[in-house]
Amino acid sequence: MSDVAASKGAEAARRGPFAGLNLDTRASGVTLADAGPCARFLLRGGGAAALAVGMALHLDMPREAYGCATDDAGRAMLWLGPDEWMLVAPEDDAAALTQKLDAALNDLAHALTDISHRNAGLIVRGPQVADAINAGCPLDLDIKAFPVGACTRTLLAKAEIVLWRIEADAFRIETTRSFAPYVVALLQQAARDQD
Amino acid sequence: MLLILCPYCGPRAEIEFRCGGESHIERPGPYSEVDDGAWADYLFTRKNPKGEHRERWLHAAGCRQWFNVARDTVSHTILAVYPMGKTRPPTEAGT
Ligand SMILES: [Zn+2]
Repeated sequence: MSDVAASKGAEAARRGPFAGLNLDTRASGVTLADAGPCARFLLRGGGAAALAVGMALHLDMPREAYGCATDDAGRAMLWLGPDEWMLVAPEDDAAALTQKLDAALNDLAHALTDISHRNAGLIVRGPQVADAINAGCPLDLDIKAFPVGACTRTLLAKAEIVLWRIEADAFRIETTRSFAPYVVALLQQAARDQD
Repeated sequence: MLLILCPYCGPRAEIEFRCGGESHIERPGPYSEVDDGAWADYLFTRKNPKGEHRERWLHAAGCRQWFNVARDTVSHTILAVYPMGKTRPPTEAGT
């Protein structure tokens, strides 16, 4: 038995994916902020599964590239592929969402994965934000080509990310937890390069 | 750097994709009638043309879908993009 497991009275402490990382960019045009814990699900399935989820959550499921649907409860359904969506919601919504999705998808071929703790969410904001992200991302991030609400899976240098434009000058970047230090360091350097 | 027209996402940079090699390779069969030569051909022999080539691509860091591309191996021009399972549409190059 390991020392950790053997030590009595030790309490499990929650550490976010950015714990211990300094998010200060030391740049004037771009800031980084932890998006905080939230509920995340990855849905794979066909048209019937998408229809069922859309009806259960009263969301107009995005059916085309870059599409995203949001509601007043803070839920967001991001199109990632013709048979793949990512659902992001407030953390305390997780149990209710699981119940609703399980009921809606019961008889339908699908894969539903809770990735709440797999991902790290980062809010990148500022007048130079698109240029900083473009340091590692090949997409055209002009506001006309990638407007507010647009989302897609793409690359940030060596990290696979989901990029979602939440405001004209702000993006949410979702990446896998272990890539958080890499993504932060890359964006800090890119942010300083804009000054 | 190629700009590849994903049938689902539109034009995207090559680094988001993986190339899966030549398209439209049919597995020989039935098994009992396939000799070693035909099987080796199926596994290893590829066209490697100078000119138009049909190949499979995966939008790995995107929509994660496979699709077919007709690409000129000399000029890198992409002549056609079409879904998996579809027969080879003709291109202007005519193969
Ligand atoms: Zn795609």
